[in-house]
Amino acid sequence: MSYKIIVLIKQVPDTTAVSSQTMKEDGTLNRGVLPAVFNPEDLNALEMALSIKERYGGSVIAVTMGPPSAADILRDAMYRGADKVFVLTDKRFAASDTLATSRVLSQAVRKIGGFDIIICGRQAIDGNTAQVGPQVAEKLGINQLTYVEEIVDLTDGKISLWRSVEEGKELAVSSIPLLLTVTQTANIPRPPSVKKIMKYKNAEVRNSLSEACGINDLSSRGLLIEQWDAESIGMDPEMCGASGSPTQVKKTEKVVLKGKQFKKIEQTDEGIRELLQELIKDYVFD
Amino acid sequence: MEQTGEVWVFIQRSKEKIVEASLEILGRAGELAKELKVPVVGILAGNSAEFLAQTVVTYGADKVYVLCSSYLEQYTTNAYARSISTLIKNKNPAIVLFSATPQGRDLAPRIASALGAGLTADCTDLKIGSYTHPRTRKKYSKILLQIRPAWGGNIIATIVNPETRPQMATVREGMMKVPVPDGSAEGEIVKLTPDVGQADIKTVIVRQELEKKTVDLKGASVIVAGGAGVGSVENFELLRHLAHLFGGEVGATRAAVDAGFISHDHQIGQTALTVRPKLYIACGISGAVQHLAGMDESGKIVAVNTDPEAPIFGIAHYGIVGDLKDIIPRMINTYKTLSH
Repeated sequence: MSYKIIVLIKQVPDTTAVSSQTMKEDGTLNRGVLPAVFNPEDLNALEMALSIKERYGGSVIAVTMGPPSAADILRDAMYRGADKVFVLTDKRFAASDTLATSRVLSQAVRKIGGFDIIICGRQAIDGNTAQVGPQVAEKLGINQLTYVEEIVDLTDGKISLWRSVEEGKELAVSSIPLLLTVTQTANIPRPPSVKKIMKYKNAEVRNSLSEACGINDLSSRGLLIEQWDAESIGMDPEMCGASGSPTQVKKTEKVVLKGKQFKKIEQTDEGIRELLQELIKDYVFD
Repeated sequence: MEQTGEVWVFIQRSKEKIVEASLEILGRAGELAKELKVPVVGILAGNSAEFLAQTVVTYGADKVYVLCSSYLEQYTTNAYARSISTLIKNKNPAIVLFSATPQGRDLAPRIASALGAGLTADCTDLKIGSYTHPRTRKKYSKILLQIRPAWGGNIIATIVNPETRPQMATVREGMMKVPVPDGSAEGEIVKLTPDVGQADIKTVIVRQELEKKTVDLKGASVIVAGGAGVGSVENFELLRHLAHLFGGEVGATRAAVDAGFISHDHQIGQTALTVRPKLYIACGISGAVQHLAGMDESGKIVAVNTDPEAPIFGIAHYGIVGDLKDIIPRMINTYKTLSH
């Protein structure tokens, strides 16, 4: 048995690199100055897919929704071992909330078809919602297992795995097809392979340039990054982007922390004694 | 189909107990319901859930719907999502809230997707307010304002679901106070039999291995936290020693966790865990917004840092400029003499 595994990945601004320079005066984020990175837990998802392929046989397909530049992470996915990649790009997909995003992704998965397992990172670092995975599973009418830590076995269409829950972990069994979301502690993602970088660094998105040099040729050499828009996946434009998103942002504010009555304590034994006496008087140790 | 317009809170169970995070939401949900002049309702599921219904009432629910079925005794995604989605379709509540626990975050998006409803994750605050659509100028009043951090905790966003119902949100743990239970409270308990069967159980739980939580930051009244400036695993032992002396816990910033000084379950910050102990001692923490927003409401904040310009001093009550390797041992010794 070999398994067709689809990994849903996202290119995100590196929110861990946010500094005062990245915030505009009005409290919004100056997105342009943040580096765009492969969402960390999506790397764990890709790693899990590749290890299933190695253990049981199969193929790994990576799919992302985003601007054409999101193809960067698809190339990265190829360097690490993905067999085929798709970028879902359309201006009408922009400003999609999690529900609208799940509609686009599930349409693309339907078009790819014949999958056994879909794997996503638990959440993306720009929104931390953890919603898109379960919503894609619901749209496709398949079971989901979230917070997956370790695949134990995959035999005869049944997968057993450990997932983390509130008070610890549980061993769960489900039939395929299904969707998994993976946490950062599940594995250590493999680095890109130098050999694959040499092979795929010229992988191109299908556009006018690639048309000119012959798509079939690129495709046969595995260098094609297939690009799909709303029409090519049969997506009703009204159901994605801002018009298809039930949630709307009313406003955003910069986090403002109040200054407090500040007292400087000298770095001496007397200073420390005085501080502790004040804290004791304030009953903080009671 | 009724149009109840109620405010619902999904009450998560852990075996025969109610998960505290669910009770935290009940208090705020009650305030929202009062403003909308509708009942606040607790949703319980499972065979053993019925006897918890009265407890949910004492914590403020006007009404409890109990989905009685042996197929809901243990949580599995599909069976729960189907039963609750159906109940929502039948009763049409205005608002449905979940705690942002792993279970809540597994269940809520599945239901929202099935209903085509908007869902906001990890809210830190909820209010009733109005909203004018920027393009259509259409005005919506008395809708749910869902407030949550975004961009790694650097901004606070207010999200609304103006058109779809119910308005759904998950609420972060530790953001709201558990209401004081009122033993004399009265509420209506409605037992329901959902249409759920073996075919709805898509996941078999073979076994659970429960781990005792070794770190209880949420319940700690004193937290001694370290950042990248602590510099090593050995220096974190100093913090541990001080925390132990004060009967508290050790916390850490993301940078300290990423540097491998301490494990992830100690991490404090806007996107990890928000804390408000009586005393917070920040050692070698420069003060990224993400971290500060997770501890800013602590009773007293003491900052120890070698850099006098560190932003942490801007939100501290007491500041000591100096090396923690020198200061912490002196705090330990001084405290011992004072408490004798």
